[in-house]
Amino acid sequence: METNVLWTLATRFALLSLFAVGGANAAIPEMHRLAVDIHHWMTDRQFADMFAIAQISPGPNVIIVTLIGYHVAGVAGAIAATLAMTGPTCVMAFLVGRVWERFKTAHWRVAIQVGLVPVSLGLMAASAYVIAGATDRNWMSAAVTLATAVLAYFTRINPLWTFAVAGALGLSGWL
Amino acid sequence: MEEESPAPKSPSLFELFLAFSACSLSGFGGVLPWARRMIVERKHWMTADEFNEAFSLSQFLPGPNIVNFSVVFGARFGGVAGAVVALLGLMGPPFVIVTILAVFYAQAGNDAVLGRILAGISAAAVGLLIAVVVKMCIPVFRRGLHWAPLIGILAFVGVGPMHLPLQWVLLVLAPIAIAIAWVRP
Repeated sequence: METNVLWTLATRFALLSLFAVGGANAAIPEMHRLAVDIHHWMTDRQFADMFAIAQISPGPNVIIVTLIGYHVAGVAGAIAATLAMTGPTCVMAFLVGRVWERFKTAHWRVAIQVGLVPVSLGLMAASAYVIAGATDRNWMSAAVTLATAVLAYFTRINPLWTFAVAGALGLSGWL
Repeated sequence: MEEESPAPKSPSLFELFLAFSACSLSGFGGVLPWARRMIVERKHWMTADEFNEAFSLSQFLPGPNIVNFSVVFGARFGGVAGAVVALLGLMGPPFVIVTILAVFYAQAGNDAVLGRILAGISAAAVGLLIAVVVKMCIPVFRRGLHWAPLIGILAFVGVGPMHLPLQWVLLVLAPIAIAIAWVRP
């Protein structure tokens, strides 16, 4: 049973990583679909909690897979999910990195780069949609989301401050 | 303008590990700015252009960008060993921290107070993500890529409200988007 769960975690995240065009934030909806809708590993709310923990932790945002893996299968799950999410694409990065210079001005390379930008932007917007759906259950938390978006857009505020204020608002029972 | 960089220095494996752990541990809400500061401005391991070039490759490939970048950067200075060491530096320390947080969450996750705090943080984190997406959209509009908004909206609707598998959406949309970019650069 245990090995089956680990195998599922590893294969699912390895496959997901290969489609993570635009990085970890673009892959959030698919992680949510896997963890909440398909495998019922966790609730919507727990997924949003893990997103929050990953955001306040130092390091790359992809570290949310470590939390999901731990939740599903303990430390072994954390290791399996993290390796699966980073391993295949790292091998690819290593191999492509050696020949990349050669294609600096290749037409196909420019086309792929330009073409994928709007796709990954759409995916990142979908991530915001999915997390907002799991988080913003009332108009107060929606207001916090909106206020943070405006603040982050117009100022260069350190995100940790917005987390501190929003966490305190949550603690106070306003949200 | 970036100042002329002094003679390029090659980091040792240990320096690679330390540099990437330091960036990773400073990187709240994104490691990239720290990595750039470290590599281009402080250590002069790469020029600004070299950095952009290496990072564009990391964005080009699937997977977490900064993770790809650590491999590309590490490989350039230390081959396979360099790539592994940079990756370990980037992922090792946050892995340990987050696993500890996961243990704590497994025990206290049902606690109502913790739940309220995390709900607040999550609401703010979504706001930050929205701001990033909007900022990234602006240069796309400036470049006059008129087809881009339609592709972006289709990706959003498919993966967001429609809950379609990411693979399907990408296998349909990516070739179309790349084909359009090919014909109308």
